[in-house]
Amino acid sequence: MRFSYFIAGLALSSSLAGLAHARDQISIVGSSTVYPFATIVAEKFGQTSGFKTPVVESTGTGGGMKLFCGGIGVQYPDITNASRAIKPKEADNCAANGVEFIEIIAGNDGLAFSNSLEAEALNLSVSHIATALAAELPAGGMTNNKDAEYQPNALTTWAEVDQFVTAMGGSKANLPAKPISIMVPPPTSGTRDALGALFVEPGLEVIGLQASEELREDGRVIEMGENDSLIIEKLVADPSMFGVFGYSFLEQNRDKVQASVVNGVELNFENIASYDYPGARPLFFYIKSAHIGVIPGMKDFIEEFVSEKAMGLDGYLFPAGLVPLTDEETASQIAKISDN
Amino acid sequence: MSWPCPYLGVQEAVISNPIKDMSADERLHLISVSLNKRHRKEKQLKLAGLAAITLAIGFLVVLMTNIFSNGYTALLQSEVRIDINVPKAEILGADGAIDIQKSQAFNWNGLVKKSFRAGFPDVKGMSDRRMLNDLVSENAGYELRQAIEKDPSLIDQSSFWVKTSDDVDMLLKGRIKTTLPEKLRRIKDSQLVWINQLEQKNDLRKVFNTAFFTNADSREPESAGILGAIVGSAMVLMITIIIALPLAVMAAIYLEYFAPPGRLTDFIEVNINNLASVPSIVFGLLGLAIFLGFFNMPRSAPLVGGMVLALMTLPTIIIATRASIRAVPTSIRDAALGVGASRMQAALDHVLPLAAPGILTGTIIGIAQALGETAPLIMIGMVAFIVDVPTSVTDPATALPVQIFIWSDSAERAFYERSSLAIMVLLIFLISMNLLAVFLRKRFEKRW
Repeated sequence: MRFSYFIAGLALSSSLAGLAHARDQISIVGSSTVYPFATIVAEKFGQTSGFKTPVVESTGTGGGMKLFCGGIGVQYPDITNASRAIKPKEADNCAANGVEFIEIIAGNDGLAFSNSLEAEALNLSVSHIATALAAELPAGGMTNNKDAEYQPNALTTWAEVDQFVTAMGGSKANLPAKPISIMVPPPTSGTRDALGALFVEPGLEVIGLQASEELREDGRVIEMGENDSLIIEKLVADPSMFGVFGYSFLEQNRDKVQASVVNGVELNFENIASYDYPGARPLFFYIKSAHIGVIPGMKDFIEEFVSEKAMGLDGYLFPAGLVPLTDEETASQIAKISDN
Repeated sequence: MSWPCPYLGVQEAVISNPIKDMSADERLHLISVSLNKRHRKEKQLKLAGLAAITLAIGFLVVLMTNIFSNGYTALLQSEVRIDINVPKAEILGADGAIDIQKSQAFNWNGLVKKSFRAGFPDVKGMSDRRMLNDLVSENAGYELRQAIEKDPSLIDQSSFWVKTSDDVDMLLKGRIKTTLPEKLRRIKDSQLVWINQLEQKNDLRKVFNTAFFTNADSREPESAGILGAIVGSAMVLMITIIIALPLAVMAAIYLEYFAPPGRLTDFIEVNINNLASVPSIVFGLLGLAIFLGFFNMPRSAPLVGGMVLALMTLPTIIIATRASIRAVPTSIRDAALGVGASRMQAALDHVLPLAAPGILTGTIIGIAQALGETAPLIMIGMVAFIVDVPTSVTDPATALPVQIFIWSDSAERAFYERSSLAIMVLLIFLISMNLLAVFLRKRFEKRW
């Protein structure tokens, strides 16, 4: 009877499911900002090493940490990318599941605060960005009294932001009387955490306000998915909007968008490398120690990633927008691996 | 013989009829007015319907032209001719055949770039040389190596066509505006001069982009293809059909013919209908928790993808199967039972073959829906960068819509046209599946 075939098929597929499988390729998860670099290294590694090409997923830094710290074994990823350092809570979770890791800095990146090329380029301070984004300001930003009660941000135009920052003792930036509309990455993204840590908190502190990472929720700050291309498309379509994303996306789209000058520093590779640009930040990846030597090619892959031909100034990651580390920093990353 | 009609009489007596009191002209006028009104309403409805369809078609045309105009250029790929002398000593073994170990260690990319630079002896200096290098694909060396390993006779050839970088490809396809200031362009002025020189020497050409159909994903747009995604999708759908079809048909037969009427059956029925409208991401979460978390199945595997999508399509197929079983007249089953067939024989041998076209149609539509699904696959790790074409259902793989999603999120401009072309391929698959469903229905449908 024909149905017996179906049942046989069903039994077959469920027996396949029961098979314990040995994984022979590296599994990488994590940040969408590091993803473009990790995939380039993965492909090169697959072409030249004789090992299988690693599988790279873009889950966001937070999502990657959750999977990575899930435990030890082939069903858990070997490496997670992060556009910020691991949080204490995540490290606790790792420890609870017996996961030990090595932290490697892959290079540097800068947060681009960008708008369309067709719009006017802004030259502002971190305080301007922070007050435009902050959830709460003294009297909603409609005062020059620092001690006024904190209320939901009521600033609606960049000119108002400028006025408030100047009133708080910040610098004047002559911003236009255009409405505020800013696209930011979602909370699972490391870029979002970096936005809070590098722009919003210090920006508020500089002008003597309470530091907070909370962003306003009145529709002027728009949360996007882990999709930077979409932000670029929207910026082009609406020149009054701003967007926050990593340096590599800016590099690839210089003919469409421009980065604002922040604190008088232009966003370019020299200013990221020297950390003069306030939005400069390191990019990380975390390696599961217990998987080295178990998953084929782990060590070779990591060595490829931190090698001069990948991460260096003449390396293949530089044209993709990864700003290289200094020689000493690179040496210390290599030392971390050879210790293991 | 005639009977007096009592009701008419009563009506006439009680209700005065205004129309009856009218003259013939007045009556005609009244009728024509109300008739006009009804015709006008009918016309309005017709126009509204027509407008809705025109609008829908309009949107579709805009969408399709947009996809097509963005995507058709991805069918071509630019290549550049380079004079390359492959150093045999560094690749061939003692026996004169290619030594894979040596070939792997050899710097193929360096060879290609050095040979390319040899065509521009005037270009000196680090940054100029780097800009020159950027005109050739980063994968050119790897592809040359593969070509030579596959056909060792090529080693004696002195000139090769290799792929240009994606930026040159975009320029030659007119997707980089040369009118922009140099700082804002991916192709600089000096590079434009070199490209011009190459064009004058006839060292540039555009050929059919075979890599798009024979490669899996790549970080270099010029070597990225959809084969991996198509194979992945095929595996996922195979697993989906193997699991969902028999389960759904059995469930439907049970519910139609064997289930005792009662609260439990009602409960199951309500739940099946509910499941059909559950957002697909929920099935992905279920897959992550049960298949990956509990059964420890591999991440990114088409096997798990197929199982998750089978759960998703199950209710659709159950509902379609039940509808087509119900459409088979009860007389067929009654007759079968009447001549002594068992209930199972009646269901499997008599009703099911007649219901088959309907079941197939429902299945194909369910499967087509599964083909276009990405959300549940995110959770189980099938949204990933995967370079190797999968060879078994436990190998990591992506699916066609996932590939489109990944490319559309890539920074490189050349991925944009490739994702449009991939959308066209996906649409072709979807349309052919739906056409197959229509064909099967037309071909095998029985009318009673």
